[in-house]
Amino acid sequence: MMKVSNWPKPARNRAENGAVPAALTSAGEDEMATEPPVKAEAKHLSFSYGSFRALKDINIRILQNRVTALIGPSGCGKSTFLRCFNRMHDLYPNSSYEGQITLYPQNINIIGPKVDPIEVRMRVGMVFQKPNPFPKSIYENVAYGLRLRGVRNRKLLDQKVEEALKSAAIWDEAKDRLHQSASKLSGGQQQRLCIARALATDPEILAFDEPTSALDPMATSRIEELVSALRERVTIIIVTHNMQQAARVSDFTAFMYLGELIEFGVTDKMFTNPSNKLTEEYITGRFG
Amino acid sequence: MAADHDLRALIARRKAADVIFGALGALSIAIGLLTLGALLFDLIRTGWPRLSWEFFTSFPSRRAGQAGILSAWVGSTLIMIVTMCTALPLGVAAGIYLEEYAPKNWFTAIIEVNIANLAGVPSIIWGLMALGLFVHSTLDLGTSIRTAGLTLGLLVLPIVIISTREAIRSIPQSIREASYACGATQWQTTWHHVIPYAMGGILTGSIIGLSRAIGETAPLITIGALSYIAYLPEGMSETPPFLTWRFWKFQWLGSGYTALPIQMFNWISRPDRRFHENAAAAGVILILMTLSMNAIAIFLRYRLRKRVQW
Repeated sequence: MMKVSNWPKPARNRAENGAVPAALTSAGEDEMATEPPVKAEAKHLSFSYGSFRALKDINIRILQNRVTALIGPSGCGKSTFLRCFNRMHDLYPNSSYEGQITLYPQNINIIGPKVDPIEVRMRVGMVFQKPNPFPKSIYENVAYGLRLRGVRNRKLLDQKVEEALKSAAIWDEAKDRLHQSASKLSGGQQQRLCIARALATDPEILAFDEPTSALDPMATSRIEELVSALRERVTIIIVTHNMQQAARVSDFTAFMYLGELIEFGVTDKMFTNPSNKLTEEYITGRFG
Repeated sequence: MAADHDLRALIARRKAADVIFGALGALSIAIGLLTLGALLFDLIRTGWPRLSWEFFTSFPSRRAGQAGILSAWVGSTLIMIVTMCTALPLGVAAGIYLEEYAPKNWFTAIIEVNIANLAGVPSIIWGLMALGLFVHSTLDLGTSIRTAGLTLGLLVLPIVIISTREAIRSIPQSIREASYACGATQWQTTWHHVIPYAMGGILTGSIIGLSRAIGETAPLITIGALSYIAYLPEGMSETPPFLTWRFWKFQWLGSGYTALPIQMFNWISRPDRRFHENAAAAGVILILMTLSMNAIAIFLRYRLRKRVQW
């Protein structure tokens, strides 16, 4: 039996076709059996900087322990959308959210005005475009989130730091210089350190904002492997301008254009048989 | 080939501009350094015969040969302590508030412009204002070390605020975002990241502000510094370490005082040439105090840079 309602619903397609696109419903047939629960769901999400509407009525479901890639040309709103998930916009004036993003299973609207952005950020980790380690030691970088959560026990800190560095595949390179400055690491190592910093506090969702755009191809492929491996632990949303990267690492892909979600579906289908003309043009490189 | 020749001629012409600018720059530096060097040399040469331990530990006297700067350097040091303890916390806090907390609107823009203006207000104006605010008012702090310290504190406050803001602004926004993304509050972000990373710049700018204050004469004259003083403020002693436990009772805050630039001004306005030697020697000490404050600034910046590696 098709449980269409559990599937990611691309708003635009539904509106245009008046029905769920065939590509989507048939896509998940074999995955239906093991379909994971929904981790987060955006409903009628709009976002504005002042009078500029950067996101328009986004509806999407993010499945637990899956990698969801956000693609689209520059300025399409993919980073803006990603930054809604940990309320980064709240740091700047004149930003306003409409609609909701519900986090499950707690069933809280993480962009609701009554929800403290700090609580949201403690649940949703983020890795940024440019590696941004603190100018402190490797150890202190990873331990920072734990210290904020009041962990004082030295043993527990040591253990958590080691775990996080191992999960981020940087333990071998870092274990002999935990107390040296993080700035001595290479760009790719710094980015993995930032991933370790985000993982140390066991986030429910980890948001990656073009994590490899400042890295060389070798470092990029290590990060991609890491992202693929991490889906066992955490729900991942990744913004990328690199379509091959989206194809390589993600289970689902969302294509955005001019602040709207144009198409959303299983990555393999999106790249082989997109149902929307714009998606097809973007993926085949005719614009963007 | 002709084209090659033209190309080389073109390069040679443009390189000539490099050489000319380099020469002009070197000349400008030379003018500045030579003038300063000549002044310093003259000061040291004139003051050298008077520079001795006795000069350092004697009170001023009617006899030029016995006069010393004890009360002056003790006064300058105590004033600097008061100035530092008021201007640093107030200025750093104000700078952090303006940069990290205050909303960016027309009101804060006006405050910003005015702080920059205040940094350029002539020191005599600060002196007149302080006379009204601290001396001839209900505060009635008198002509005391605390009045002088607070006055100079106000004088350097804008400099401290400006250098704090500059130092904070040089911290990349991505570091703040990283901190917030870990779940930090605004104060935690400020306390754990912004202040430690900006500390080098804050201290450097502030100490340079303080070393400007130590040489100020005009505002101290306005608020009534004494020019002849043959006693030390309570808690200080005439022999090393120049300090007694009664210092911590802070009675000296209300004491009368003189300061190095005041003492110099007083000596230089006398007709007797031997007093001019005293003034030059005191000038050497004043310059040494300023330079050592700058050295502390450089040392602190070096230490803090080593701790915070970008």
